[in-house]
Amino acid sequence: MWALRGLRDGVLTTRWPVRPDEYASATRGPATVLAPTARGASEADVAGLCPTSALTVTPSGEVRVDQGRCILCGRCVAARPDLFGWSAGAHQAALSRAGLVVPGEETPDTLAAVTAGLRARTRALRRSVHLRHVDTGSDGSEEWEILALLNPVYDIHRLGMFLTASPRHADVLLVTGPGALGMAEPLRQTYEAMPHPKVAIAVGTDAVSGGTVGPSRAAAATATGGVGDIVPIDVWLPGSPPSPFAILSALLLALNRLPTGSVAAARTGGGR
Amino acid sequence: MTVVPDTGQVESVAALRDQVVAHCAGGGRLADLSGTALDDGLLITAQLAGPEGITTLDALVPAGQASYPALTPLVGSAFWYERELHDLFGVVPDGHPRLEPLIRSADHGVLPRHAIGPGLFTIPHGPVRSGVVESIEYLVETPGEDIPHLNMRLFYKHRGVATRFVGLTPADGVLAAERTEGIASVAHAIAYCQAVEAVAGADVPWRAALIRTVHAELERLACHLDVIVRLADAAGLAVAATRFGWHKERVLRLTGSLCGSRFGRGVVVPGGVGAAPLIGPAELLAAVGELDRQVGDDVRLLMGTASFLDRLRRTGPLPSGRAAEHGALGPVGRASGATEDTRTARPYAAYVALGVAVSSREDGDALARLEVRVDEIADSVHLLRQAADELAETGASPLRADCASADGRAVGWAEAPQGEVLYHIRIEDGLITGCRGRSASFHNLVLMHEVFAGDILTDFPFIEASFGLSIAGVAG
Ligand code: SF4
Repeated sequence: MWALRGLRDGVLTTRWPVRPDEYASATRGPATVLAPTARGASEADVAGLCPTSALTVTPSGEVRVDQGRCILCGRCVAARPDLFGWSAGAHQAALSRAGLVVPGEETPDTLAAVTAGLRARTRALRRSVHLRHVDTGSDGSEEWEILALLNPVYDIHRLGMFLTASPRHADVLLVTGPGALGMAEPLRQTYEAMPHPKVAIAVGTDAVSGGTVGPSRAAAATATGGVGDIVPIDVWLPGSPPSPFAILSALLLALNRLPTGSVAAARTGGGR
Repeated sequence: MTVVPDTGQVESVAALRDQVVAHCAGGGRLADLSGTALDDGLLITAQLAGPEGITTLDALVPAGQASYPALTPLVGSAFWYERELHDLFGVVPDGHPRLEPLIRSADHGVLPRHAIGPGLFTIPHGPVRSGVVESIEYLVETPGEDIPHLNMRLFYKHRGVATRFVGLTPADGVLAAERTEGIASVAHAIAYCQAVEAVAGADVPWRAALIRTVHAELERLACHLDVIVRLADAAGLAVAATRFGWHKERVLRLTGSLCGSRFGRGVVVPGGVGAAPLIGPAELLAAVGELDRQVGDDVRLLMGTASFLDRLRRTGPLPSGRAAEHGALGPVGRASGATEDTRTARPYAAYVALGVAVSSREDGDALARLEVRVDEIADSVHLLRQAADELAETGASPLRADCASADGRAVGWAEAPQGEVLYHIRIEDGLITGCRGRSASFHNLVLMHEVFAGDILTDFPFIEASFGLSIAGVAG
């Protein structure tokens, strides 16, 4: 009976990234800056909009969003639609923490260096890639979005990606949560147990910057700078939580398997 | 929602214990026990639930006093709450049967764990487990010849959620509430905001109440479908797991199409909702109808798959007497004879006018928990239809009432997919000075200790899935 039912609705699986996918293009990402040098934007009235201190104004008056701190609350977009908008599309990850600050300060040279380093490592990975996940204090939603990659719509098996229970068979580590102190050692051990070459991805704003809301960060029971304080992170993916397409894009970025052009397009900042 | 009056009445813990005992003997339940550090000591607050609503009681453990008489020996449901108080505030409940770290541990789990007594062996599983799951450590304790006992340690992923609220404005606090238990963001946001609104004396506009209800029911659908995916997966029904995974994905997409967030974040704000839905009632109705047809077909097939049902029958039984004694919440409680659902017991949002059909079973096993959820999936669809129809009538009426900051204490609640969520909030000089969000997951998870009637290892995935709880909501 179930075998027949499985055929009922035809092919549900996306062909992304080979073919465009409407839902992937429409995926809402962190806030971005529409007009970096808008007049009348002082540090005081812009920075105060954001509950997670993601917004800054440089001395020369340029507005910046640190997407690695953005929890997509939408306040900046609602209050100053002239300055801020949503980024859209699946490509929301960066290869460095600094790369999440838009408009970017990263020069093509530094980006090229990071990219080359990662590529040298991932080139050696088999075409079939095994993923291991560790939760370091997530709110539980990131796990849902990672698991969604197994549903028939995303079906990462088609891309040769598989979840594995054993760190010894894992090529890629997906880390969620802000780095709760109790998970620091288990995370370190998991990372150490993975064979070389290995890649670690910080999945979600919690993992990227170590917690979300709240002024008492010093008193927090989490690593203050996110999971990057605990293990070396190669790919940084914000989101609260990041959507399955964004996670998939981060995986492909890590493996250097994104179609050419899409990374550059994704991370040059500005309005999209 | 209840404003907690400032009576200045603070008792001794012994007096509070007597009141809790009397309340529970009269058929009521202990809904929460939490602490607030004050200058003159530790304030212990009990929330008692009964037909008359939620009653708040305070007791003080004076500064300098390191212990108080434990409630647990007389009120079993206080077992985890008192361990939590001990973890967070260091105060010792005298007479507590097992005062080990639960949600916070200074040394993060470096405890003797292989041989914790003569003839007592433990097999640890976690905190990093197989599969994409939240971190928790299960200890299977084998005391000699006896049936193995399951113990749980949750402190690995403790994030200090309660401290995040302190110092925030009520408007910012909702962002923390949404991230306390991320798969039940909407229910947490509603419970939290209703407490804030009670303090401010704000009345949520009808249109906002409807929008909140739409999101709360979509959240219920997603969580219940997630449970079915995990049960089907545990039973090796690959096609069923795939089908229900697809249905769950479509619910999350529908939620996203209404508000931009697949988890309904940013929708519920103090005073109402942040914005009008991005799609209209007609489009919502059409999507719900389509979902109903496809989910309904697959649910019928699932509930006719005898091998699957046999696997769940008599697995993880929670006797109705135990459920009542503990005050088990949500589908776990209702599968064991409870009939309380916050949406009808203490109606809020649009539930004051919409008809909720409360589902209940007597068997108390994993199958009964599935049956309750299956009923609730059908009822959620029904509620979504009613709410969408009502929304079509409301036109462009207001979405948000003025929720000017006022000082005070209040309790707010909501029926999350996992059961009753309770928020107890204290606002002073316009800022949050205390916020306790008690998830149904916290209250219910302790019951997993005692439902392993058969083989722990083979029953485990079914029992864990059928409880349908989130570790984030427990570890704090
Ligand atoms: S969307 Fe919210 S969290 Fe993100 S930058 Fe804007 S104000 Fe900050």
